[in-house]
Parts: sequence; C-alpha cells; structure tokens
Amino acid sequence: MTLDFAIIILPFFMAALMLIFYRRLKKKYIGWIVLTIPISLFILLTTYIPRIVNGETITHTYEWIPSFDLNFTTYIDGLSLIFGLLITGVGSLVILYSNFYLSMKESLHHFYLYLLLFMGAMLGLVFSDHLMVLYAFWELTSVSSFLLIAFWHHRKASRAGARKSMTITVSGGIAMLIGFLMLYQISGTFSIREIIANINVISEQSLFVPALILVLFGAFTKSAQFPFHIWLPDAMEAPTPVSAYLHSATMVKAGIYLVARFTPIFGGELVWFWAVTGVGLITLFWGSFNAVRQVDLKAILAFSTVSQLGLIMSLLGLGSIAIYLGSTKESIIYTQASFAALFHLINHSTFKGALFMMVGIVDHEIGTRDIRRLGGLMSFLPFTFTIALIGCFSMAGLPPFNGFLSKEMFFTAVLTITELNISSIQSIAWFIPIIAWIASVFTFVYCLIIVSKTFFGKIKPDILEKNPHEPPFGMLVPPFILIGLVVVIFFFPNLLGNNILKPAMLSIFPAYSSAEEIAPHVSAWHGFNTELQLTIGVVIVGIILFITVKYWKRIYRIFPQQWTFNAIYERVITFSENTSETVTKRYMNGDLTYYFIYIYMLFIAIVAGVFLYTGAFEWDPSKDAAIESYELLLVFIMIFASVAIIFVKGRISMVLLNGVLGYSVAFLFVIFRAPDLALTQLVVESVTTALFLLCFKYLPDLTPENDSKRSIMSKGFVSILVGATVSIIGLAVINYDKFKSISTYFEDSYHLAGGKNIVNTILGDFRAFDTMLEVVVLFIAGLGVYTLIKLKAKREDADSEN
Amino acid sequence: MESLMVVLVGILVSIGTYLILSRHIIRVILGTAILSHAVHLLILTVGGLKTGGVPLLSQSDGPFTDALPQALILTAIVISFATTAFLLVLAYRAYKKNGSADFRELRGMSDE
Repeated sequence: MTLDFAIIILPFFMAALMLIFYRRLKKKYIGWIVLTIPISLFILLTTYIPRIVNGETITHTYEWIPSFDLNFTTYIDGLSLIFGLLITGVGSLVILYSNFYLSMKESLHHFYLYLLLFMGAMLGLVFSDHLMVLYAFWELTSVSSFLLIAFWHHRKASRAGARKSMTITVSGGIAMLIGFLMLYQISGTFSIREIIANINVISEQSLFVPALILVLFGAFTKSAQFPFHIWLPDAMEAPTPVSAYLHSATMVKAGIYLVARFTPIFGGELVWFWAVTGVGLITLFWGSFNAVRQVDLKAILAFSTVSQLGLIMSLLGLGSIAIYLGSTKESIIYTQASFAALFHLINHSTFKGALFMMVGIVDHEIGTRDIRRLGGLMSFLPFTFTIALIGCFSMAGLPPFNGFLSKEMFFTAVLTITELNISSIQSIAWFIPIIAWIASVFTFVYCLIIVSKTFFGKIKPDILEKNPHEPPFGMLVPPFILIGLVVVIFFFPNLLGNNILKPAMLSIFPAYSSAEEIAPHVSAWHGFNTELQLTIGVVIVGIILFITVKYWKRIYRIFPQQWTFNAIYERVITFSENTSETVTKRYMNGDLTYYFIYIYMLFIAIVAGVFLYTGAFEWDPSKDAAIESYELLLVFIMIFASVAIIFVKGRISMVLLNGVLGYSVAFLFVIFRAPDLALTQLVVESVTTALFLLCFKYLPDLTPENDSKRSIMSKGFVSILVGATVSIIGLAVINYDKFKSISTYFEDSYHLAGGKNIVNTILGDFRAFDTMLEVVVLFIAGLGVYTLIKLKAKREDADSEN
Repeated sequence: MESLMVVLVGILVSIGTYLILSRHIIRVILGTAILSHAVHLLILTVGGLKTGGVPLLSQSDGPFTDALPQALILTAIVISFATTAFLLVLAYRAYKKNGSADFRELRGMSDE
C-alpha cells in the first residue's frame, strides 16, 4: 500500500479506532488525538509539492472489482493537491479550535467521528480518478455534513437544516450520477483522465450536453449556487467549527472542484461557459445582496459564502472560454480567470475561516450572534476585533490583504471578457462587469456591517453585565494563523502562485504545453488602471450605502414572502410528504387480506407472465395415465367437498369437510402406488382434525365475513387466477423432458442402502440429513406450541397488574 | 389422469387461496391446510402417475413408480402438520391477547 492511498484511508481508520476505544479515553484528549491526523496528512501532502511543481502527476491504481471496471485510482495533480492542502490545513486549525470551543459535556466522540468521516470522504473525493468512486465519496460528504449539522439534534432548527441540506445536495448528487453514467455511455470509461484524453470523440455525442447539465446540477447544489443556495444559511445551525470547515472552506467547494476538474471535458461547449458564468454571477449578486439584510452574524457569513462561491464559480466559467477558443496562444489571456478562481478559493478559505472562528468566539463569550444586541466590543475583545477587521477587509477586497489581489484579478477577468470577439457573447458581455461591480459594493457594505455592528458603537448594558472577555489563548491561535496567511499571501502572492496554483492550471487547461505560459505573475500594483478605479468606486459607493442603509432597506420588502425559494422548498416538501403519506396509507392499510392480494398478484404477474411471454407452457394429454371410474368419483368428491367448505356456515362442518379432503388424498395415494404416504396421511389427517376440534373449544365461533359483492368477486378472481397459475406450472412440469429422471438411481436401494422399501431408504439413508432437519423443524414447532401455551399464565398475570 | 389431477390441484389451490383471503383466523388456517393437500398432490402428479408398481423391492422386480416425490411428500405431510399445529396455537394466543380472531380487527397496534 502506497502513501497516497493511506491519505484517504487514514481518517477512516482513525474514525474506526475511535469508535472502539473512545470509552477508554479521557474526553479532553479525544480532540488532541484526532488533531494528529490532519496535521500529519498536511505535512505529508506538502512533501508532494516539489514533485507536482515539476509537472509530475502521481497515479496509483488498486484493482477492486476489475470485471466491472471498478478500480480505486488515486490521482494527485496540482488541482487535487490544492484541495488536499485546504482540507487538511483548515481541518487541523478547525479541530484545534474545536478543542476549546466545544464543552466537555458534548458527545465529543460523535463530533470527531463525523468530522474524520467528512475529512476522509473529502480527501477521497479530490484524489479519486474513477467517476463512481468520486460519486460515492461525494455522497459521503453529504451524509457527514448532515450528521454534523444535526449535531445538536435536540434542536428542531438543526434537524430541519440538516434535512434541507441533505435533500438538496443529494438530489443534485443523483443528477450528477446520471450525468456520470451518460459520460460512461459515450466514452466507455469511468476514468476522468481517459475521458479528457479522448475528448474530441466524446464531445460530438448527442448525450454530451445533457451529461454536462446534469453534472452541473451536482456542482451547483453542492456549492450552494442560486437557486439551490437556500440550504447553506440553514446549515449554519451546525456548531461554528463545522460551519467554518464544511460550509465555508471545504465541502461547499467540492462543487468548485468538480467544475474545475470537468472544465477540460466540458469547457469547449458554449453552454458550459454561460451556465457556469451566469449562475455564478447571479449567485454572487444574490448572496451579497441578501447578506446585507441579515441580523445574525452567522447568517451574514452564510450569504457571504454563497456570494463568494458564486464569484469563484463565475471565474471558472470565464476561464473556460479559453478552451472554447481552442486553447491557442491568443486565448491565454482568458485562462487568467481560472487562475484567479483558484487564487480566490484559497484566499476565501483563509479569511472566511478566520471570520467564522471570530463569530464563534463572539458567540462563545457573549452568548449571542444577533447584531442588534451586539456592539462596542472593540475594547473588550481587541484580538477578536483584529481578526474581524482583517478578515472583513480582505473579503471586501482592500489592500494590504489577499482578498484585494484576487478581487482585482476578478475585475480584470470580467473586463477582459467584454473584449471578446464572439457575437453571441459580445452582445451581453457588458452586463458582466456591472453585476460584478454591484455585488462587490454589497460585499463591502456587509463587511462594514459585521465590523461596525459588533465592535463599534455603544455596548448594550445586558452584555456588559456578563463581563465580556477574550477567549482562551488556544481559541485565538487558529484564526490568527489564518489572518497571518491573509497578510502573508498579499505580500508574497507568487510564492503561492508558483508552487501551488501554477501546477493546477495544467489540470484545468491540459491542452497547453507548460504551466509557465498560462500562469500569470501576481502583483499588487498595476498602475492606476480600471480595476483600481473600480475598487475605489466600490469603497466610495459602499460607504455611502452603508450610511444610508436604513433608508433603502425597504427594497427587501418588495419581494413577495410566499415566493421566496425557501417557501417554495417548504411547499414542495410538505406536498410530497402529504402525498406519499396518503398514497402509502391507501395500500398499506394494515389489513392482512390486502397484503396477501398484493403478494398473489405479484406471483401471478411474474409466473403466469413468464409462461405467457416465453410460451413455455404446453399440454400433451396423450402420455397421461388412464382414468378409472372410481378415480373420477373420488376427484368429484374432493371438488365438491372443497367448494362446499366456502359455503358452509359452521366451523365443525368446515373441519369435517377438510377431513374428507384429507382422507380422499389418502385414497389417491393408495391408487397412485404410495402406501407409505397413505398411512402417514391417514394418521396425520386424524390428528389434525382432532387438533382443530380441540382448539375450537378455546377459539371464538366463525363470524360471517359480511363482504360486499365486489370484495367477494375480487377475492374469487384472484383465487381462480392463482389456481390457474399453479395448474399451468403443473402441466408445464409434467411435459418437461429436457433431463432424465434421477429416480432410477434409488431403485438400487437394496445394494446401496440395504433396504427394500425405496421410499424408506431415501428418507433414512440417501437423504437422512434432510430427515434429521425435518425432525428439528418438528421439534422447534413443538417447542413453539409448548411455549405459547405455557407463556400464557405469566403474561396474563403481568397484564392484570397494569 | 395427470391432466385431471392438475385441474383438481388448481381447484384446491383456488379454494385455499380464497380461504386465506378471509377475515377469520380459522378460515385462514384451514386455507393453508387445503393448500398443503394441493401441493402434495401436485408433487406426486408431476412425477408421473401409475408408471409402475409400488416402490417396494420385495413386491415386484419393477418397473416402479417414481419414489422420490413420495419421499418428498412424506416429509411435507409431517411438516405441514407441525405448521398447522403451531398456527392453531398462535391463533389461540392472539385471540387470548387481543380478544379477537378477526384480522380486520387485529390490524395495527394501539401503541403505534
């Protein structure tokens, strides 16, 4: 087993170990032990960087079910390494933070178990080359996210949020699965690399565009893109470290990863460009626009995450146009957008992670996240204030923080696209920079809101009573590492660009020969160009809007309440719940008769259906044995007796008629040369009849069935069909002569088993083991009868006490 | 004869099925008893009827009727007896506990 396989397995392994040993561990150590996993994985992954920078990719295949083309292929390239580092890096900080954030009273082993599960699933997702394995890990991240959101499952909102995220992301996942299957259909392979290698053939197939759209559904639901973004704000019911980790830094970026990974496959389609860019831009605007109206700090951050994910998504869309243009030297300028996407992906994880941890600190120390109740905390929580300030300024795109660099690159990208010389794009491309700019203004406004409403102004008296103070040192370390990165990346962006981002560019644009020509050099100062003017415009307009926010806030009320996406979601869920309940109650009505009818109908449909379909049924009476008159008489007696059973009213006559049937069967056994059977049947029938009569002493008398005519008709119809089906089986078996009978073997019973009664030797010698098991069955039945009778006294005593 | 027996089996199965679809527990148990009669006859019939003598080596030198279905049926008779006995006691218990032998009244549990 090689090292890169261990990267995926290790979190699962640790999770399993913890399940077994958590009882022996002191609670306060669990988090610290778990912490070793992401840290060691992070260090391990950094050792891959030099090889990846040299343009290597590392592939290992483990055959799992080769006959089904199911292999476990790990594939490490620049793109997956970025995500691997993010998952383990942010994971380490989040677990460190959780050690201080979560109280010892929580069920910590569950928390870390789910977290490890998520980490393993996420690593598996980004390092898998096989589409089906990728899908399995993809859904596993949804499941672990569900478990983590519902971690405080005694709260209704937590459960509702968990269900919502699960419903939306898993439906998207299923759409994606169908897309993957379509890709397999047209390409004949599940390997992403092989699909990319054969892209020229594949892209001409008719299923190509449907597959594209379905895969995008998966990506958009996972990455909370408009209009599927509604699950992300509700997911904020999770503990804050989870929000920082899953719902901001990693899991929601799985959709980004998928889009980046599939850009070489689908990027050549104009549909891809429009879908990814368009949805990204709408999400960018809608998220930032809605963040401004929120009053819960976490809700602001949730909408801000939605908006930033939209930004990254739109950048990937803008970058894909380079592939549409044929990956030529002239189109290199457009790849810069994808570089900006990856850059912003990392930047967003740093500042948003820090901001979530900041909100966690405020919540932890003050006890509320409502900005209407907060204020004036600057002098009480100076370190936390620093985190908030740097995080928000970076998010707003101000220097000297990394958000400024990627925001400028974003502006560059949206301005570049307007110069594109394709008529279908050019006609509305001027719209793109405008949306981007407006969204940036709103981003600036909510950043100001977070900082000013929490830390400036007057402190509320009820909060002052709680004596607000800084959290324990350990809780400040992770966010400080993150905002440290925010500043460091601003000053040394090319360190990150050359070592981490550049190799990933080749993963997105494999058609270019080397990463050198497509990875731009990042610099903070480009002169007083349009991008800088746009940023200055954002700041000025943003400040004006922030000051006047209470005058224009009315704008939010023009959206009708019953047509928000949340309301639509609720209505769809309620409707489907009610409908499925009504439908299910209709056929699962608790009445045994109905269940029998379902079973019989299925039996008839399958068995008789097969006979009709294959034409296997044949009837050839010529080989039949002759019918004697007394046999005919016996058969008529049986038919009469059996039909009479249905019509007689008394239970005694029913049982006696059944006895008639049983004794007639015994007679038939005599006629058909089966003396042993006849003897047994006579004895058993007598005992059975006696048993029935005995039980009648304790059972109530028959009640009339009182069935409607329709019910009798349908029961009779089903019964006759069942009888006919059995008859057909019988006739088909009688006329079946493909194989010779094995029975002649037993006729040598005297030599083989020393017995002259063939039936007896079969039971006692040839199939003695069967007979022994039959005795066991009898024994068990006897035991059951005995227990049910004996149990009576005890249980009824217990009942009377109640 | 085989065709006639198959028709008889079909009728018995229909009657058994009809009884199983009833509400009262005794009718249902009786239905299963009739079904087992039908199945025994069916097994015997598909093995071929009266194709030879009684399968006792001491009686003749052959040919013999197929002995294998007879062995199977012998097992089945005993097992179906055990099942019927168990069902009857189960019905008795269910009646004691719930005060009804009617499936429509027995459906669902009050504490569900």
